[in-house]
Amino acid sequence: MDEQLLFGTFPLLTTLIFLPLLGAVTLLFLPGERSSEQGEGEGALGLPVVVALFFSALTFLVSLVLVSRFDPENTSYQFQEQISWIPSLGVSYILGVDGISILLVLLTTFLMPIIFLASKSVREGRRGYLFHMLALETAMLGTLLSLDLFLFYVFWELMLAPMYFIIGIWGGKRRIYATLKFVLYTVVGSLLMLVALFSLVWSYAEQSGEVTFALNEIVGNVQLSVEEQLWLFAAFALAFGIKVPIFPFHTWLPDAHVEAPTGGSVVLAGVLLKMGLYGFIRIAYPLFPEGASFFGPYLAGLAVIGIVYGALVAWAQHDIKKLVAYSSVSHLGYCVLGFVAMNTLAATGSIYQMLNHGISTGALFLLVGVLYDRKHTREISAYGGLAGKVPLFAFLFLVFTLSSIALPLTNGFVGEFLILAGSYQQFPTLTLVAVSGVILGAVYMLTLYMKTMFGEFHEERNGDLTDVNSRELMTLAPLFVLVFVMGVYPAPFLGMIEPTVAQYVKDHHERTMTSQNRSNPRALPSGGIDFARSPETPEVESETAKASSGVPSVLVSTAQETLVQQVSS
Amino acid sequence: MENSLTLACIPLFPLVGALLTYGVGKSSKDLAGWVATGASLLSFIFTLLTFQQLRALVGAHSYEVAAAGAHGAHHGGEAQVYRALEAPLFEWFRIGDFGVDFLFRFDSLTAVMCLVVTGIGTLIHLYSIGYMAEDESRPRFFSYLNLFLFSMLLLVLGGNLLVLFVGWEGVGLCSYLLIGFWHKNIAFAGAGRKAFVVNRIGDAAFLIALFLLIQHFGTLDFVALKAAFENTLASEALLTAIALCFFIGATGKSAQIPLFVWLPDAMAGPTPVSALIHAATMVTAGVYLTARMHFLFDLTPYALLIVVCIAVLTAIVAASIALVQNDIKKVLAYSTVSQLGFMFVAAGCGAYWVAVFHLVTHAFFKACLFLGSGSVIHACHHEQDMREMGGLLKVMPWTGLTYGISTLAIAGIFPLSGYFSKHHIVEALSHSGETNPYLGTYEAAFTAVITAAAIMTAFYVTRSFAMTFLGSYRGHAHPHESPVTMVIPLVVLALLALGGGVLNGMVPFQLWLGHTIPVGHVHSSESIGAALLHSWPGFVGVAFGLLFYTVLPQVPKALATTLPWMLGALRGKLYIDELYGAVIVRPLEGMARMLWKGVDQRVVDGCVNGTAAIVDVSGEVVRNTATGQLRHYALLMFAGTVFLIAFYFAM
Repeated sequence: MDEQLLFGTFPLLTTLIFLPLLGAVTLLFLPGERSSEQGEGEGALGLPVVVALFFSALTFLVSLVLVSRFDPENTSYQFQEQISWIPSLGVSYILGVDGISILLVLLTTFLMPIIFLASKSVREGRRGYLFHMLALETAMLGTLLSLDLFLFYVFWELMLAPMYFIIGIWGGKRRIYATLKFVLYTVVGSLLMLVALFSLVWSYAEQSGEVTFALNEIVGNVQLSVEEQLWLFAAFALAFGIKVPIFPFHTWLPDAHVEAPTGGSVVLAGVLLKMGLYGFIRIAYPLFPEGASFFGPYLAGLAVIGIVYGALVAWAQHDIKKLVAYSSVSHLGYCVLGFVAMNTLAATGSIYQMLNHGISTGALFLLVGVLYDRKHTREISAYGGLAGKVPLFAFLFLVFTLSSIALPLTNGFVGEFLILAGSYQQFPTLTLVAVSGVILGAVYMLTLYMKTMFGEFHEERNGDLTDVNSRELMTLAPLFVLVFVMGVYPAPFLGMIEPTVAQYVKDHHERTMTSQNRSNPRALPSGGIDFARSPETPEVESETAKASSGVPSVLVSTAQETLVQQVSS
Repeated sequence: MENSLTLACIPLFPLVGALLTYGVGKSSKDLAGWVATGASLLSFIFTLLTFQQLRALVGAHSYEVAAAGAHGAHHGGEAQVYRALEAPLFEWFRIGDFGVDFLFRFDSLTAVMCLVVTGIGTLIHLYSIGYMAEDESRPRFFSYLNLFLFSMLLLVLGGNLLVLFVGWEGVGLCSYLLIGFWHKNIAFAGAGRKAFVVNRIGDAAFLIALFLLIQHFGTLDFVALKAAFENTLASEALLTAIALCFFIGATGKSAQIPLFVWLPDAMAGPTPVSALIHAATMVTAGVYLTARMHFLFDLTPYALLIVVCIAVLTAIVAASIALVQNDIKKVLAYSTVSQLGFMFVAAGCGAYWVAVFHLVTHAFFKACLFLGSGSVIHACHHEQDMREMGGLLKVMPWTGLTYGISTLAIAGIFPLSGYFSKHHIVEALSHSGETNPYLGTYEAAFTAVITAAAIMTAFYVTRSFAMTFLGSYRGHAHPHESPVTMVIPLVVLALLALGGGVLNGMVPFQLWLGHTIPVGHVHSSESIGAALLHSWPGFVGVAFGLLFYTVLPQVPKALATTLPWMLGALRGKLYIDELYGAVIVRPLEGMARMLWKGVDQRVVDGCVNGTAAIVDVSGEVVRNTATGQLRHYALLMFAGTVFLIAFYFAM
């Protein structure tokens, strides 16, 4: 750890986390809600939105400072802050950022101002909406930056409440059903996680005689038996898997997306879904390597099912937003597959694809919002031939559609390619199935595009449709630019991710080895499944050893040798 | 290798042009076309400049030496003949040991492709100014056309497979946009979507090939790959798998069985698009890929057998469907599919240079035919049915003459360009057994089928000429000769179609390509008598075509009445679209609906809603405990958590 970055320097991460909350509190003290919301022109944003924009923009600036001072080559946690919080319970306030979380933080702070700029469509009680959004930002950043399990859990749960209100109050017609489903799913996962969390801390306390929730201390030091690891991994995996969502725990997502207001959908797709996978990365995998190597292939299988299933179901949708929501199930499947493959190539691609998905799917939801604000319907059949009527909209829609189907030179391609190329080395058969998602993605997105943008234009129905206005353009333009920047020149982004991921993958395989060497099967839990004697385990071990780098070392060396030969000849 | 600045500029012009055209189009729609054409022309000029640089670079080695080298290169001899210009732009991405550069490389093969793409591209841009003169959205059209040129140039200039793939998918996108250019017609838009999706099937296979290469060779750079392949220990099964994956990719882009179904529908696009994208350039990308990856295909005789099988089958099937089409563009579309089959036959026999040679001559005469058909369609007020045409030679002499020349060229009649390339294909096929034992078994059969396809080619194209230009006019429009911007490209292309054969006579095309790909023996030229004799399939086809559609019109009618089922099958395009619809598309659609309505809403949500119902009922029971006081809830939450923990440890 770098001394300079520890205590005593400016608490950058704390600032980052609590700036939005400060904004939320400020909103409460604003005068005259009614006067500021009513009677405003189309141009004016209203004071609450300006305040929210100000604080989120400030947060974004702070995160840019963070990125500029971040050292990509340093693979440990940076900007660490540590304060004892509840000493008697071993709970501390520990924050830190590494190459895996830094760009997710940036994505979060980047999307929030856009969401506030797009909050015009929230007609009633806008101040409350902004309040919850800012609170949500604090919770999301807290989750990404926590290095204490208890703190992580607090922020994790804190994400739920604002989202609950955002959908429940500012949502569509079936918002109550959607929120119930959303909460039910998430709470089941959260409870399991809580129980597993305490159980883990308990075990570690028994082993070391010290009660602590500090992630860094537990990871690498805790010695769990195989079956403990399997059970705990399963509990965390369920909590995180629901959040991703991994098939078959995904059905809350389409409902939540359809009912959520535009901003809610953007933040849901853009950031919240990534939290599930982030939980796997930060907690489940490092803590329970045996669980990871046992469940990894199953997770990969579910991810691939999600890719194909999500794509097929998306194809069958009549509602634009639902279609995009199911496409998220498919895209998150790629991210999970890439991470689970656990080699540098695929895992880097997975992190990169999380950013891409936030950008392209976020933009697609914004575009759906543009249509919905005008025509109050999301039925695909209500539209058609819009390309002639709203050319700018059609152009933007095309670009983000192409990003979504991973056309080369858009951001989506780089992520998808890295993921598939990497996961092919680990799960060849599964990846072959996953590649069909490349085809199906084109099918459902282009079908959507064709049915809404091309064909006969209904003059009587959509004659009053207006093109994207300047405020909406301001929300979409940054995303538009990023689609190409990240597609054509991904090196700066990948450069921040890759060193940490490479180290992470190496550490993970080492932890798996140690754990497996150490494991002396204890008595199995009564009535439990015989995980320890699973035939998969040795196979996985040999495969993981193979895949420790992006390209198998043997093959790399042969390729290099031939290159050398060629140069010398 | 030598760096070249002009090389980097080649694709830059159309990219800037694409953006500029759209901007200019806002103020002046007519100017947009000229801007786009100018961008294309600049690209062509810079290609010529780069071509000169390459010639200077290669020039040190005389052609004779080069030929010997190219000959020997295959046996690991004088491998130093490979000369190329490079423009490394930046590192695209690097993960660990695996990195991909954004790199352009210009060698003798790329030079040929680039000249064709930018040269014919410029002519077709010029033609489009006249053809699209009355279209309201022509700035968009020209913008797409420039974007296509950019993508196509990326495809041929890419120094590694991933940059090639960028272009590969990019041309697919432009094809999608241009097929559905008149998007108010949903059928046209659907044709665009079909093209993109079918291509994506091929692209998925292409990606798998890339994954295999990354896994086993750790690089996608052509030069590095070639070196790695020269003494690879990889199993033949692996190499065959990679080669076949690339070939599946090629069947998508180059419209071969089983993925050719998109190309006939692609005729929904404006005719210049059909000429540029769906005849001269994009569809030949698969042939280019095969030639570029020759070092892989050379190691996999079995994959080559499959290539030839598919190619021969495609050539004959598409030619037979073309025999009975009445839509002038459909005839040419199936003809393109068939001719691409001819190119793959050559590639599959290991005669890559012949494939490229036919690619070039085909680009000349097929672009000319398409533009000619466009001129006719333009004149007949968007009538495409040849039964509504006839006698147009009198009113449209330039169009008629150029179409006629191209007809003879594609028929393969000496001394027109098509003869030379087609003759080499048949030659290569009939000697293919010498290098590939798998092919040796079927050599004679394949040669017979491909000769039959050649006769059919001459027949159907003559039929289209006769139905369109001969006899008397049967339509109701008032046809007229097209404007000069359209006629100039026709004349230039017709001259190229006429004299393109000299490419391998006066200009040593084979030797030139020998710098990059293996070209085998250099054949001595044959006598004129022998050449005329070898043109017999062309003469036969043309003769019967003229006979049946001018003097003896009762013969095809009689054939139609005696063999109605055959006519129906061919008119119905052998019902392949219907077959795919019934076997693949509709079952998948049904499955998608079933998964949504059945699995998602019944099974998964059923469980969730059931749980919710239980929660609801128990909610009623415990309603009395809900006092609305926060500390009560806090207490309950705490108690519940404690209970759960206790429960867990009690187990």
